[in-house]
Amino acid sequence: MATMRMREALNEALREEMERDESVFLMGEDIAVFEGAFKVTQGLMDQFGERRVRDTPISENTIVGTGVGAAMAGLRPVVELMTVNFSLLAFDQIINHAAAIPYMFNGQVRVPLVIRMPGGGGHQLGPTHSHSFEAMFLQIPGILVACPSTAADGKGLLKTAIRDDNPVIFVEHETLYGIRGEVPEDDHVVEFGSAAVRREGSDVTIVGILKMAHEAERAAETLAAEHGVEAEVIDPRTLRPLDLDTILDSVRKTNRAVIVEEGWPHGGVGANLAALIQEQAFDHLDAPIQRVTGADVPMPYSKRLEQSAIPHPEHIVSAVLETTSGALP
Amino acid sequence: MPDAETSRDLLRQMALIRRFEEEAGRQYQRAKAGGFLHLAIGEEATIVGTTSVMEERDYLIGTYRTHGHAIARGTDPRNVMAELFGREDGTARGRGGSMHIFDGDRRFMGGYGIVGGNLPIAAGLALASDYKGTDEVTVCMFGDGASNTGNFGETMNLAALWSLPIVFLVENNLYGMGTAIARHSAVTDLSHKAEGLGVPGERVDGQDVVAMRECVADHLEIARRDRRPTLVEAFTYRYRGHSAADPEVYRDKDEVEEWQRRDPIEIFARRLIDAGTIAEADLEAIREEVEAQVLDAVEFADASEEPPLDSLYDNLYVFGADHEGWYAVDERTPDPFRGEREREAAEDERVRELHEAGASYGGQVRRSGGGSGEGPENGTDAPADEAQADEEGGTDGGQAEESRQQGPGGLD
Repeated sequence: MATMRMREALNEALREEMERDESVFLMGEDIAVFEGAFKVTQGLMDQFGERRVRDTPISENTIVGTGVGAAMAGLRPVVELMTVNFSLLAFDQIINHAAAIPYMFNGQVRVPLVIRMPGGGGHQLGPTHSHSFEAMFLQIPGILVACPSTAADGKGLLKTAIRDDNPVIFVEHETLYGIRGEVPEDDHVVEFGSAAVRREGSDVTIVGILKMAHEAERAAETLAAEHGVEAEVIDPRTLRPLDLDTILDSVRKTNRAVIVEEGWPHGGVGANLAALIQEQAFDHLDAPIQRVTGADVPMPYSKRLEQSAIPHPEHIVSAVLETTSGALP
Repeated sequence: MPDAETSRDLLRQMALIRRFEEEAGRQYQRAKAGGFLHLAIGEEATIVGTTSVMEERDYLIGTYRTHGHAIARGTDPRNVMAELFGREDGTARGRGGSMHIFDGDRRFMGGYGIVGGNLPIAAGLALASDYKGTDEVTVCMFGDGASNTGNFGETMNLAALWSLPIVFLVENNLYGMGTAIARHSAVTDLSHKAEGLGVPGERVDGQDVVAMRECVADHLEIARRDRRPTLVEAFTYRYRGHSAADPEVYRDKDEVEEWQRRDPIEIFARRLIDAGTIAEADLEAIREEVEAQVLDAVEFADASEEPPLDSLYDNLYVFGADHEGWYAVDERTPDPFRGEREREAAEDERVRELHEAGASYGGQVRRSGGGSGEGPENGTDAPADEAQADEEGGTDGGQAEESRQQGPGGLD
């Protein structure tokens, strides 16, 4: 085990996969000379050269589309978009092309493309650089969606994403680049579709993604210390494929569920998961499923307003207590 | 002029595309083909002039008007027609339709329904050729309308910046759907439109198959040898509307007739006869040959099966050696009532098998358009939305059952 930051873990995944497979190469705005807006690609141009670590013009749709074409012709491009908001400029290539091509051409070609993008609020970047679009990506058949919350998962999921033959949206959280964590040595891969149970508990299931997986753990500590509530915390790690079984097993045990995400409430990750849980474990629920989401507004700039638009542990604690009120000590 | 055999083949290919397109239009009127149908009648020389000078290893990528492009690359017209019919033997097994013909074996990398959507992909194909150190060239064909998309500017810049081996070929048929070029493009000489982005261009008579061949061959050579992109503007015309649903209020009949007097097939046939390369009898033989081929394609397509419902999820995801698992439709319930009937479901052999296979979320009745009105599995009452789905597009209940049983295709 080595302790490293998320950013370093992602960097190591890219480096190792590029060493392992000549067909892996990187493209993105300011990733080579500048070494990435968030320094994830630090040192890679020096090691692999400009053929494999390519600065691109600011042309998101074309960067992703070039990745699609290169992937169709047998390469494994890893595209970096500078923020999730910029991915909106590439939605045509992501949805109409990357996701559709294997299906609409009946499997004659594959699109083994990874599109990395940092998102989330907390850095006062305002309404065009701070959003959480996991739910939008989750909706698209044909792509996979990974959202790591720890350094180990960052490395393990990114390696899996690069080796996978499907287009993968790889969502990173801007405020998690600096977090440290233990990362297993050698070829550490994390399988897609395998949720992590971060904390075991018997009273309520809290599902959280990205930064909200951490907030959920903090809330769980408060719940145990101050309310005598033992929460089970689950991080799905990938939203497509989704390890629904682990979540359902937990809900069948705890009979309560709270889902936490930073994205918008309508049609969100939580809305989707709540529907799935009630469809398949309705009889096991002792209380309505609660969702904790970001506020239903474009992300404001003001630090005070921004923080109020992002879920915090106290919101999660309140939501949990809603599900347990009257039923637990 | 090309030699006699080549000339005869060029003529035959153009005639085949013409006859195929005419027949496709007829089959569309008969509702054998659905959706949108974009015919390339009038543009045959642009197509065949281009493909006939490409190497097998070169990539071709085009638009939603590419039945002819695939055929010219060597795809059997039978499979193209079957795709128009939405059948099992179609080029994409009925997944793509007229706008999305594809033949990977012949490096025809697809027709694309999004105007300009194929340009960045072409850059990626060319980048891959370069990356692998091959001398393959990508030919990217698109319409005059696509020259106004952001992708045009973005891709020209990227291709020039990275010196990618691409021949961009704009099939300028003077109309972006129903909008004349003077009404949609500030620069109407499209050969110059990418110059400021580092991609020089040349205009060529797209109705002259020989001129097309010579021009495209030159540009292929530039791409293959110098590894840099250029733009060819083929000045051409489509006789039919943008799609079969186009009343053509935007142009005069005189204009269409004037272009028809410059018909690429007739001009070339006349030249060959005048030069003594072929005789009138050869012309007749070609007509008969392509007539038979196209009628055979229709017969073939008509006899081809409808895609089975249990193939609905096929090829949505690739299940590689590294990662087996259920990726698709992971959020679908085997039936919406499982939670309420869990004990019964446990006894239900089919659901149990599905669950064990990890495919338990495949093909939920209400979303697969199935449902016999008897409800899923045990014939429980359907909720309101499912009943509505039944009214909207219910299909055979037995097939829906089969579809559900199959689950995500890649699990097989």
